[in-house]
Amino acid sequence: MVVEVRLFASFREGRFKEKELELPEGSSLGDLLAQLEIAQKDAKITIVNGSAVSAEHKLSDHDVIAIFPPIAGG
Amino acid sequence: MAGYAGTFLRINLSTGQIDKESLDLELAAKFIGGRGLASYFLTQEVDPDVEPLDPANKLIVATGPLTGSRAPTGGRYMVVTKSPLSGTIASSNSGGFWGAELKRAGYDFIIIEGKSDKPCYIHINDDTVEIRDAGKYWGKLVGETTDLLLEDTGDPKARVLTIGPAGEKLSLLAAIMNDKYRAAGRSGVGAVMGSKNLKAIVARGTGKLKPAREDECKSVVKNALKKIRENDVTSKGLPTYGTSVLVNVINESGIYPTNNFQESYFPTADKTSGETLAEKYLVRNVACFACPIACGRYSKVGEVEGEGPEYETIWSYGASCGVDDLEAIIKANNWCNEYGLDTISAGATIACAMELCQKGLVDPDEIDGPALEFGSGEAIVEWTRKMGESEGFGAKLALGSARLAEQYGAPELSMSVKKLELPAYDVRGIQGHGLQSATSNRGGCHVRGYLIAPEIIGLPEKLDPLSLEGKAVWVKIFQDLTAVIDSLGLCLFTSFALGADDYRDMFNAIAGQDLTTESLLQAGDRIWNLERMFNLNAGVGPEQDKLPRRLLAEPISSGPCKGHVHRLPELLPEYYKERGWDEKGLPTEEKLAQLEIA
Repeated sequence: MVVEVRLFASFREGRFKEKELELPEGSSLGDLLAQLEIAQKDAKITIVNGSAVSAEHKLSDHDVIAIFPPIAGG
Repeated sequence: MAGYAGTFLRINLSTGQIDKESLDLELAAKFIGGRGLASYFLTQEVDPDVEPLDPANKLIVATGPLTGSRAPTGGRYMVVTKSPLSGTIASSNSGGFWGAELKRAGYDFIIIEGKSDKPCYIHINDDTVEIRDAGKYWGKLVGETTDLLLEDTGDPKARVLTIGPAGEKLSLLAAIMNDKYRAAGRSGVGAVMGSKNLKAIVARGTGKLKPAREDECKSVVKNALKKIRENDVTSKGLPTYGTSVLVNVINESGIYPTNNFQESYFPTADKTSGETLAEKYLVRNVACFACPIACGRYSKVGEVEGEGPEYETIWSYGASCGVDDLEAIIKANNWCNEYGLDTISAGATIACAMELCQKGLVDPDEIDGPALEFGSGEAIVEWTRKMGESEGFGAKLALGSARLAEQYGAPELSMSVKKLELPAYDVRGIQGHGLQSATSNRGGCHVRGYLIAPEIIGLPEKLDPLSLEGKAVWVKIFQDLTAVIDSLGLCLFTSFALGADDYRDMFNAIAGQDLTTESLLQAGDRIWNLERMFNLNAGVGPEQDKLPRRLLAEPISSGPCKGHVHRLPELLPEYYKERGWDEKGLPTEEKLAQLEIA
């Protein structure tokens, strides 16, 4: 399956801003984080198609995935 | 008593009388300080029915017991008055260095009464307090006023709080600025200062502030600093990218209001994000007094440079106006700093005007400047300047979106609560934050209880933003704790790393108190109810606990939160009950008696 991955803040350093990635069917968000070499504890905010999900979440074809380190503002 | 200076100033600008009064320290502790104590004095001394720009209204500029102390971020002060924008109690908070300087001069707060017959400023140099002529500064922008006052008073270490031309011209969006770039921004407090012909307050203090319990203070401050330095948000995210690191999170969550809340996802948001700001325009980070976080940005575009823009500003001038030109946003932000305008309300009012024009409700001949079209960078910069000057159609914008939309027959297009423009979150996708926005005592505001923390960011724990379960409880706790932090004189950003026990420990050690966490939060509840009572007596009742019709009746049209509306009617009864109010939203006699404010 193909998913769109968007990285933000410090996760962009040495990686990318936005990219389409091909993943094996049945991959979870945790599998994607491992492929990106991002520790699960560092991926504080993970959003798939606009909804916050955890590392166990199973991904689907064409998912849009946004991954953030711990951040806040306001 | 440590923590408090123990003295406050009462300055009557009509008579020129300056009095130094002793602070009742038992009373001070009951309302903590800052927002709480100033609200107490306002409710005691000002008729809630007063016309906000009448000399009978008072302007209270107040520090908290931790302002000027070693507590991390302890540099904040609060401006409390009756708002000319909303008709509610106003309490606008600012950082920088001015608050700590006032405290070091020996004063907890200043109550400003009456109206000067000509432009004046107040000069405070430790024990010496004078009202001086401000004729030469009137009409000048904030940066030049600040530089001139520092030069003329001959003390470069003094700190300047001032209004810009917007406050002088009584713009209902006028802010009070200090240290050039920091703003007590919301609720039109700058217009109240302008209505008194008061241009500035210069403060210089050389006193030393000692904590009540030195060893305990060292220990609790060290502990708080450790938590802030070990927290990824306060030690990495905010220092590296500033508040606007939030742009992408809120946008990706589908709750980033776009084109005056007509959409909730801005496809090119990243062009205006904290990441882009850091990459292209950031000159350096800026920290306020005693702040280990340093979220402030000093940015530069060509000849335009200064602090900001912050997240809310990037939104109000950016997605809200459909603009993805960060350079234009920086320039509009600069005009707000110079004219002394609230960046949230100013940008949001331009967005409202854009929708009025889009719907053909404004005669194009009335638009004496760039076309007010969504996406126009030129429009946001020039209309901010014209708003600051109250020039042409800009004079209408300077009164805010509620009055503007009302005048053109479409009040529902003002995205405001209690006439205060809502900030950068589409609450149709964040139910708790929407409840807090509807019930905020000063109107459409995000800093009376920042439910974005648990609902989006996951601090202190992750809540489902679309669920209603438990939200009333969360809102009450966040509102009460925020009232405490505001009253202590600390920055709300500490709450990303600290909890109620940490605030209790610092207050007790520095001010020599022995409060429990429960009694500290009860003080927050007391302050909330005090503000609520002022509003009720001012004619702003529970019927104003509402949200714009669009957020209640029009589902989000696209993006991740498509189909959702805010479910306020389902949440309000539970909230009123949680507050201990009756079913109509009125504080009961028992509740007020329990809080000792009956």
